[in-house]
Amino acid sequence: MIDINYILPELFISISLMFILLIGVFKKNSSLLVYNLTMISLFILIILLINLRSLPSNSFFGSSYLIDELSNYMKTITVASGIFVLLTSSKYIKSINIFKIEYPVLILSSMLGMMVMISSNDLIVFYMGLELQSLALYVLASFNRENLLSSESGLKYFVLSALSSGILLYGCSLVYGFSGSTNFNLIADNIINTENGLTFGIVFILVGLAFKISAVPFHMWAPDVYEGSPTSVTIFFAILPKIAALTVIIRFLYVPFLNVIEQWQMIIIFLSIASMIFGAVAAIGQNNLKRLVAYSSIGHMGYALAGISTGSNQGIQSSIIYISIYLIMNVAFFSCLFMLRRNDKYFEKIEDLSGISKNHPILSLCFLITLFSLAGIPPLAGFFAKFYIFLAVIEKQMYFLAIIGLLSTVIAAFYYLRIIKIMYFDDAKQKYDVDHHLGLKLSLIISTIIILLYFMYPGSLVEIINKINLI
Amino acid sequence: MDFPILSSLILLPTIGAFFIFFVKSSNKTYQASKYIALFIAIANFIISLYLWYEFDNSTSEFQFTENRVWIKNFINYKVGVDGISILFILLTTFVSTICIITVNYTVSTRLKDFLIAILLMESLMIGVFCSLDLVIFYLFFEGGLIPMFLIIGIWGGKRRVYSAFKFFLYTLLGSVLMLIAIISIYWFSGTTDIEKLYSIGIEAKYQNLLWLAFFSSFAVKTPMWPVHTWLPDAHVEAPTAGSVLLAAILLKMAGYGFIRFSLGLFPLASDYFVPLIYFLSLVAIIYTSLVALMQEDIKKLIAYSSVAHMGFVTLGIFTMTQQGLEGSIFQMISHGLISAALFLCVGIIYERTHTRLINQYGGLVSIMPKYAVLFMIFTLGALGLPGTTGFIGEFLILLGIFKKNIIVATIASIGVVLGAAYMLWMYKRIIFGKIVNENLKELMDVKKVELFLLCCLAFPVIFFGFYPEPLINTIEVSIQNLLDIYNFNLASYQAKTLYD
Repeated sequence: MIDINYILPELFISISLMFILLIGVFKKNSSLLVYNLTMISLFILIILLINLRSLPSNSFFGSSYLIDELSNYMKTITVASGIFVLLTSSKYIKSINIFKIEYPVLILSSMLGMMVMISSNDLIVFYMGLELQSLALYVLASFNRENLLSSESGLKYFVLSALSSGILLYGCSLVYGFSGSTNFNLIADNIINTENGLTFGIVFILVGLAFKISAVPFHMWAPDVYEGSPTSVTIFFAILPKIAALTVIIRFLYVPFLNVIEQWQMIIIFLSIASMIFGAVAAIGQNNLKRLVAYSSIGHMGYALAGISTGSNQGIQSSIIYISIYLIMNVAFFSCLFMLRRNDKYFEKIEDLSGISKNHPILSLCFLITLFSLAGIPPLAGFFAKFYIFLAVIEKQMYFLAIIGLLSTVIAAFYYLRIIKIMYFDDAKQKYDVDHHLGLKLSLIISTIIILLYFMYPGSLVEIINKINLI
Repeated sequence: MDFPILSSLILLPTIGAFFIFFVKSSNKTYQASKYIALFIAIANFIISLYLWYEFDNSTSEFQFTENRVWIKNFINYKVGVDGISILFILLTTFVSTICIITVNYTVSTRLKDFLIAILLMESLMIGVFCSLDLVIFYLFFEGGLIPMFLIIGIWGGKRRVYSAFKFFLYTLLGSVLMLIAIISIYWFSGTTDIEKLYSIGIEAKYQNLLWLAFFSSFAVKTPMWPVHTWLPDAHVEAPTAGSVLLAAILLKMAGYGFIRFSLGLFPLASDYFVPLIYFLSLVAIIYTSLVALMQEDIKKLIAYSSVAHMGFVTLGIFTMTQQGLEGSIFQMISHGLISAALFLCVGIIYERTHTRLINQYGGLVSIMPKYAVLFMIFTLGALGLPGTTGFIGEFLILLGIFKKNIIVATIASIGVVLGAAYMLWMYKRIIFGKIVNENLKELMDVKKVELFLLCCLAFPVIFFGFYPEPLINTIEVSIQNLLDIYNFNLASYQAKTLYD
C-alpha cells in the first residue's frame, strides 16, 4: 500500500495544473487569475515538500520512484526558483504581450516533469519526466511568437534537443540490453565490468544529459536560445532544467555505476574542464547580457560537474551547494536585468549599463555584489560555492582539475569586471524607470542579501545538505 | 578578556560604512558622512591604541583571542594578535584615519562611496592581520580586492581602467594558488587553525609545493620582481588616498604573510628556498632602484622605491635571524608611514598643478618653504638617514644579512646607496634649482589640514627613529618564539634524515 503523503506534491501539482488549465479555458480574460493561482499552488507545493522532510526515505512503484533527502531538497529548490521566476517576470510578460493562460500552465507542467526526473530511479520514468519538461520548454522558448528570434530559438532547441533525446534513448536501450533491467538498483546488481556496450550506453546517456545542462561540447544551443527566448523564459532555462538534469546525473552515475567509476570519471572531468575553460573564454567577447549569462552558466556547470567527478559524497554535496548558490546568483542577476526598463522597453546590452551607478546606486550595488559573487570573490556566496567544490576535488587529489578550475576563475573574473567597469567607471546615460513591482524588488533584495550575508552562517546550508548521502 | 575587542575593531568600520550608505547624498549631508567616517576611524585608532596598551610584551602567546564555531566541525572564526601582528593593526587604523581626512578635503565626486570603500578596506585589512585561521585569512585577504578595485577604477587617473584590471587580475591569479594550498593543508592536517598547525607541523614532502603556492600569492602582493609591474601602474592611476592605502598597508599584508605562514608553517621549505628569495630580492633592490632613477613621474618613482624597500623586507625575513626579522617588521612599519607621507606630499602638489612630471617642477623651496621642510623629512626617512625609522629598519636588516651571507649583504648595501641617489636627486629637481615653470609662482604653501596630516606622520617617523624601544619590545618575544620553532623544526628534520 502506498503512503499517499509521499507523492502528494506530484499529485497536487498535476491536479492543480489541470484545474488551472480548465479555468483558463472556460473563463474569459482569466490570465491574471491563472497567474495568481499558479503562484498560490507553488507556495502550497513548497509547504508540502518541506512537510515531506520529516518522513523517512521510501521507494514506490517497484522501486522506480524514489523519495529521499536528495529528491526532497532538489524539488524544494526547484519549486523555490520557480516562485522566483514568476515573481520577477510578471511585469515583463505583460509588457511584451505574452501574458496568456498557457504561460503559467506550461511552467507548471515543465516543473512536474522536473519533479518526476528528480525522483526517478528507473530509466523509463526518468525519460518520461525529461520529455515532459522538454516539451513544455520548446513551447516556452518560442512563446513570443511575433518575435523572429524567439521562434528561431524554440525551433533550434527543439531540433537539437530531440536529437540528444534520441541519443539518450539509444543509450538507455544499450544499458537495458547489457544489464537486463531499467531499474537503477537492478542495473547496479547486474553489471559486469568488462562490457563495452555498457560503457557506450553510459556515454550516450551522459551526452543527452550534458546537452540538458549545456556542458561543452554540447552547449551550442545555449547562447542562441538564451538570447532569443523572452527574458522570463531565459531565467527559467538558466536555473530549473539544470537542477533537474544535475540530479539525474548524480543519481544515474552514483546509484548504478559507482562501481565502474573508471569508465565515466574521465568523461565527466573532460566535460567539466572543457566547460570551465570555454565558458570563461567565450564570454569575454559578448555584448548581450543574456548571451553572456549563457556562457557564464556553461562555465558554472563545469564547476558543478567537477564536484560530481570526484566520486565521493563530499563531491555530490559540493555540487548541490554549488547549484543552490548558483540559482540565487542567477535570480539576482536576472532581477537586475528586469530592472533595465525605460518606457516599457527592456534593455539587455552591456553598454546599456553604462554609468548606472550614478543614477541608480542601489540597483548597481546589487548588480556589483552579484557579479563579484559570480566571479567567486570572497566573502560573497559565490566564493563558498567554489570553495566547497575545490575542497571535494582536492580531497581526491585531483590537483590538475583544481588548478584548471581556479585559473579559469581568473579568466572569468575578467568579463565580470568588464561589466562592473561599464557600470561604475563609465559615463552615465539616460535614467531607467524606477517603478518596479513589489515581486521584482523583493526577489532582488532577498537574493542580494543572501549572497552578501551568506558568509555569516555558511554552516546552515551545509548542515541541510550533509544529510544527502548516496554512497 | 571577555569583551571581543578584535571583532569590534574589524566590525566597527563596516558598521560605519553601512550607516554612511544610508545617508542621503545631498550636499549638506555629505558633511554627516564625513563626520561619521572620521569618528569611526578615530574611534578605531583609539581602540587599537588601547589594545597596544593592554598587550603583554612578555609572552609569545596569541592574545585577545576569540574562537567561535563558524562552520561546524570544519572552520572556526578565530582571531588573535601577537607581537608580530599588533603593530600592523596600529598602522592600519592610523593610516586609515589619515586617508579619511585626506579624502574629506580632496575628493569632490562621489565622496560617500569613497568613504564606504575606505572603511570596508579598513575592516578587511585589520581582519587579515588578526585572523588565526587560514580560510578566514583568505577571506579577508581576497575581499580587499573589491574595494581597492573600485577605488582605483572610479577615482583614478586617465588609465585607471587598465590599472584597476591589472591590479585585480594579477593579485587574483596569485591568490587562487594559495587557495589550493590552503585546502590541501586542510586535507593533510585536518585543520586550518594556525595555532594547531604550528604545533602539528606539515609533512616535509608537501612543504615545498605548498610554500610555492603561498609564495605565488605573496610575491604578487609584495610585490617582488618580476611580478611587480602592477604596482607602478596602480600607484600612478590611483587617487592619493588609494595610493596611501596601497603602499602603506596592502603591501604589508604580503610581508606579514611571509612571516606568519611561509616561515611559521613551512620552515623546511623556507630554508630550501632562501637562495631564490635572496636572488629575487636583490634583483628587486638593484633593478628597481635603477629604474626609479630614470622615472619622470614622481608617483612612479616612489612606487619603484616601494618595490626596492619591500625587497629589503623580504631579504630581512628570510635571513631567519632575530635582527633580520625585527628589521623587516620595523622597515614595514616605517615604510608604511613614510610612503604614505610621500604620496600625500605628491598629492599636495599634484592637486595644485595637475602634473606629476618631475621636470615641470623646480625651485619650490622659495615658494613653499614649509612643504620643502616636510618633504625633506620624508625623503631622508625613505633613504634611511639615522634618526628616522627608515635607518633602523635597513640597519637591522643589513645586520641580519651580514650574519648569513656577506656577498648578499654587500650587494644589498649598494641598494641603500642607490636609494639615496634617486630620492635625493628627485628632491633636488623638485625643490631646488631655478623656477622653470611660471605657473608655480602662484602656488600656495601647505594648508593647515595638510600640515597637520604630515606632522602626524612625521612625528612617529622621527620619534621611533630616535627611540625604537617600544616597537622592538613589542615584537621581540614573538619573533624569538617563531625562530625557536623554526630552528627546532629544522634541527629535528636534519636529525631525522641523518638517522635514516
